[in-house]
Order: sequence, then C-alpha cells, then structure tokens
Amino acid sequence: MSVREFAERGADLELVGIQKRFPGFTAIEELDLTIPAGSFFALLGPSGCGKTTTLRLVAGLEEPTRGRILIGGRDVTDTKSHERPVNTVFQSYALFPHMSVLENVAFGLKRRRIDDALGRAHEALRLVELDHLAQRRPAQLSGGQQQRVALARAIVNRPALLLLDEPLGALDLKLRRQMQLELKTIQEEVGLTFLHVTHDQEEAMTMADTVAVMNKGAIEQMGAPAELYELPRTAFVANFLGQSNLFTGAVAGSTDAAIAVDVAGTRLTVPTARARRHQGQVTIGVRPEKVTLHRDAPAEASDRNLIGPGRVIDVSFSGVSTQYLVAVPGMSTITVFAQNIGSGPVAAEGAEVWVSWQVEHGFGLDDEATEPVRFAADDDTRSIAAQRRDALVAELEEH
Amino acid sequence: MSGEAQAGAVLGGLVESEQQPQQRVLRTPRRGRVGLGDWLLPVYTVIAFVFLLIPIAYTFVFSFNDSVKSNIAWRGFTFDKWLNVCNVEGGAVCEAFGNSVVVGLAATVLATTLGTMIAIALVRYRFRARGAISLLLFLPMATPEVVLGAGLAAQFLAVGVAKDMTTIIIAHTMFCISFVVVTVKARVASLDPALEEAGRDLYGSPAQVFWRVTFPLLLPGIVAAALLSFALSFDDFIITNFNSGSVSTFPKYVYISASRGIPAEANVIASAVFLFALVLLIVAQVSRTARAKRLARIG
Repeated sequence: MSVREFAERGADLELVGIQKRFPGFTAIEELDLTIPAGSFFALLGPSGCGKTTTLRLVAGLEEPTRGRILIGGRDVTDTKSHERPVNTVFQSYALFPHMSVLENVAFGLKRRRIDDALGRAHEALRLVELDHLAQRRPAQLSGGQQQRVALARAIVNRPALLLLDEPLGALDLKLRRQMQLELKTIQEEVGLTFLHVTHDQEEAMTMADTVAVMNKGAIEQMGAPAELYELPRTAFVANFLGQSNLFTGAVAGSTDAAIAVDVAGTRLTVPTARARRHQGQVTIGVRPEKVTLHRDAPAEASDRNLIGPGRVIDVSFSGVSTQYLVAVPGMSTITVFAQNIGSGPVAAEGAEVWVSWQVEHGFGLDDEATEPVRFAADDDTRSIAAQRRDALVAELEEH
Repeated sequence: MSGEAQAGAVLGGLVESEQQPQQRVLRTPRRGRVGLGDWLLPVYTVIAFVFLLIPIAYTFVFSFNDSVKSNIAWRGFTFDKWLNVCNVEGGAVCEAFGNSVVVGLAATVLATTLGTMIAIALVRYRFRARGAISLLLFLPMATPEVVLGAGLAAQFLAVGVAKDMTTIIIAHTMFCISFVVVTVKARVASLDPALEEAGRDLYGSPAQVFWRVTFPLLLPGIVAAALLSFALSFDDFIITNFNSGSVSTFPKYVYISASRGIPAEANVIASAVFLFALVLLIVAQVSRTARAKRLARIG
C-alpha cells in the first residue's frame, strides 16, 4: 500500500522475532505479536517493560536489532518512518508550535499531496469538536484540547495503523474518562487498527478488545480483558492487572476435575482446567472481591475453600466497598473486598475471622509468587534516550 | 568583545517575539519626605544616558556642519553633506560604506549558514572530537582580535593570496561563525526532538521536516545570529585592517581619516546607520505589540 492512498480499513500488524538492544541494555528480548486488522489492542506494562520501544519500532523511529515488522502483510522493516502507513499520537502531543491548529492537522495530508487538505482537516477537527479553534496556536489550547488536536492530526491521514503512546497520561481523571470514550467511539467509527501503549491497567481494560501484558521486554499474557483478569497465568499478571491473593504449596492430590494444594496445613482446591501446573510446588490465587469474610466458623463445604481462623489487621472503608486485611499464620496477608450491602463494617480490627471462596473462582499460576519489586527500574523513553547518550559518550571517550 | 556580545543579546531580544509580555513588579512610590534614594537613581540614570548618547548626538549634529576640511569646529548649518555625500573625494566614503555592506552581507550569509549547520551537528549528533570542536569554536571569541587578524594575514601571505574583498569576507566569516554557533546551539538544544519525529511520522521526508519543522523553529535564533554577525562584521576594524590590502571599508576609512579630521560625510553615514537601526527597533517593537494584542483578542 502506498502512503499516497488512504487506508480503506485497518491493517494487520505482525512483529516477528523482534529484538531491540540499546548500548548497555536490551529493551526487547524476543517479541512475536500479531494484531488483527480493526482491533483496539493495548500493550500494558510498567515503565521500562519495552512497550514504548515496541511502539517506536512500529512507527519507524527506531530500528530493530533483529526481526521483521509487517503491516498489512507488507514487510516495512527497512522503510523509513515517513514511508509507513502509520501515524502516532505522541505522549507529549508534539504539536508544531509555529503552526495553527488547522495547519497542524493538514500537515500529513499536504506532505502526501492529498486533494482538499484543508477541507479534510476541518472535517477531522469537527470530529473532535474543535473546528471553532482551527486558527489558534497549540499554546493557546488546554491540555485536553491539545490531546484532541494530536488525535485529529493522526486520524485525518486514515492510517492503516494508529499508535497511541500513553496520550491520556497528562489529563485529569474526568477528562481522561471522556477521552477514553471518544477514542473508543472514533475507533469504531473509522474502523482503524489501534495500538495503544499504556501503564494504566484500568484504561487498557476499558478501551481495548485485546490486552497484552508486557514485562521485562516480553509479553507475559495476551487476551480479552475479562479473560486476563479472570484467569491470569503468571504472578506478574495476577498482581499488575488488579490485585490477587496468592498461596504457594505442594500438590497433595488431584482428580480430573480439581487439584488440591497443601498451604501451611490448609487444603485449598483449584479446578484442574484453571491451573497451569498440576504437580510439585504450585501457586494458586483468588481475586479479593471473590473472597467472603465470616465472623463465625462456617461449615465445611466441598465447593468452597476455607481458611481460618485469622485476625483482621486492617479495615479501610472506601464507600462502595470495604477492604479487609486478614493475617493467617503461615500464609501471606489475605485481602478481602466486601461490598457495602449492609451497613457498617462486618468485622472490626483485631476480630477473629474466617475467609472462604468458591473453588471455581481460584486459578493456578505458571510461576511462583515472588516479592514484587516496589520500585521498578526507570526505563521510560526519556531515560532510554539518556542512557543511550551516556553509553555513546562513554564509547567515544574510550577511543 | 564583551560589548559586541551584549549587542547580540539585545538583537536576540529584538527577534525573540514569542515571549509573553512579562508582568512587571512596580514599587509604589512613597509619599511624604523625599529621601536620598528617591532622586539618586533618576539622576544617575540621566547621567548614564547623557554619557552614552553624547557621542551619537555629536556625530548627528556635526553631520550638518558646513565644514571645509576638518569637521571639528562648528561653522554653520547645512544639508549639503547629506545631499552630496557621495560626491566628495571621488566618493571615497560611499565606496567604503558599500564595501562594508557587501562584506557584511557576504560574511553574514556564509557564517550563518555554516554556523547553523555546525550548531545542529553539535547538539544532535555524537561524533569523535565533538567536545574538542566545541572548545575550538570558543577560541576566536576569546582570542584578541589583533592576534587573529595578524595570524590570518600571515597565513594569506604564506599561501600567497592577494588581499582584497575576498580575504576580508573570509576573515569576517571566520570570527562570526563562533557567535552564530553559540547563538543557534542554545536554540537547537531547546527544540523538542519529538517535534521532528512527529514530522517524520506525518510523512515528511528528511528535507521537508527540516524546512517545515526544524528551520522555522530555529529561525528566531538564526535571525539573531545573522544580525549579530552583520553588526560584528560591519564595525570590525582591527581584523579588516590586517587583511584588506588596499580595499577600504567604512571603519577603516573613518580610522584613517581621523588623523586629519574626519569629514562630515562620515558623520552623515554614521547618522544614517543609526537612524536605520532606530527605525528597525521601533518597527519590531510596534509589530510585537500588535501581535500580542491580536493573540490576546483570539485567546
């Protein structure tokens, strides 16, 4: 497809065996990814996981060390940024300060010599409801308006693939919700393929059809938001996407339907179909809102896991729900979200309680729970650039 | 050359029109007793301005002097010198002035082009000896002009180049480049690389991105550098004197004729240049105010 033509519809994006090394560190170890045409795909991960580097590789702003990039079946690995049918909404918006809003939006069309560039630019501005500000300079707009101009400037080109680099990060919560909705609507209206990079799990889950969770330069798990949430495969996904209670123990018995795990003397069961590992040491988990809190020891039931007695060590009330932290000897602290259906707290701090959940709500992980790193290495775009520069300077000084 | 650097800063301010009007904090005058501090500052200010402006006023007034040979004593008012400025001594003043303009323009174009390219390379690319080049570019600013001029003259002599307009232009380009690099480098460093990436992302070829994004954003710095170059070149005497051979420039003409009394025609040219600069300054100020008002109306 030539860049002189408008994309009729979104195109597939295929990344095959991508590796990206910067002097001194590897941003992406080995990445294979296929994004089907017309989908809203979110790449989710903490800063430094390689998601922004992935986006820059697709945009042509970086070259991969190894691997191929295919857009709509065509290999674009060796083409320059301006020859790819791809547009980006930058994190900092990167609006041209010396041009009016209209000129900004028409820039890409004029470079491609497309007829009636200004008319189409006006049309795109109407879509983001900013046509009345077409003659202003970007500096005279609010953050939310600039964001919409950046979006209009990208979608006016009808790229086969639109890249969004955390474009909502700088907006306040209310505006962000509004923009999330608008983005989703626009994506459905124009039918383009969206690749959205973000570290905000809520944003990824509300907007995308498919979410890929990225960690340390590789994709940990990929799927529909609900699927990822209900059945995380790794401890990283279980904790990055929402919260989880994780328990590690040895498998004590298994049937076709379920496996039983011995965790500090308590037998916990998880459906075999929802467990990744079926023998040896395994980690199983359950989401805090699936756990029920009991003030009296409930009767044992075969379809529920029961832990207790434990002691409530913290109660925090947040309106819709109350979060309890329950300490049980030999296990890590259990978090319970209880909806405030009745009134007042169910249990006070220091109270003796039992917790239980339905066996079918549990999941078994591929790896074992490790202590989460509290401060991840800071490897966002800017520090990548800084590290790269330092490495180059060091290299030059050696010679 | 610190005076010239200051001139550059002023010129920079002249073209830097994107700045928002600053809020000035004014001190409310105290009522009652008039203290020492209340009149000392105004008096000092007036004295400073008189001291600065007297030579200019003198030059301007004496451009109307009906002088015969030397222009030292007042002999009566006349417009003759302004009207016949090029008819004296076979037009030597005007020829010198013309040479200065030609040298100034040529050196400005060359120095600004080369200096801008160097500045972009120094900020954007990492290459061997980058630090050394940065340092070497500072040297012409720190070296006494006499040394620069004499050194270059010796070079031309050694290579066997005849001194004429070309050698003056080469000499001026040489010392102007440093000032251009310093001025433009600051502008390049403040340019967000994401803007150029956006240009590339929006189907701009490298040349299009340069001319439509990079260059317009660097333009205030480039214009400031060009004005500074022209000002430096136009009034340079020392380096010119070493490398001009028999060619006369305006500063050289004035310097040489000073020994026998500067002709009033020199005053005419100097006054004309001063008036031109004044008009330029006023136009810049007025257009900036108008722009600010227009922007305020849109916003």
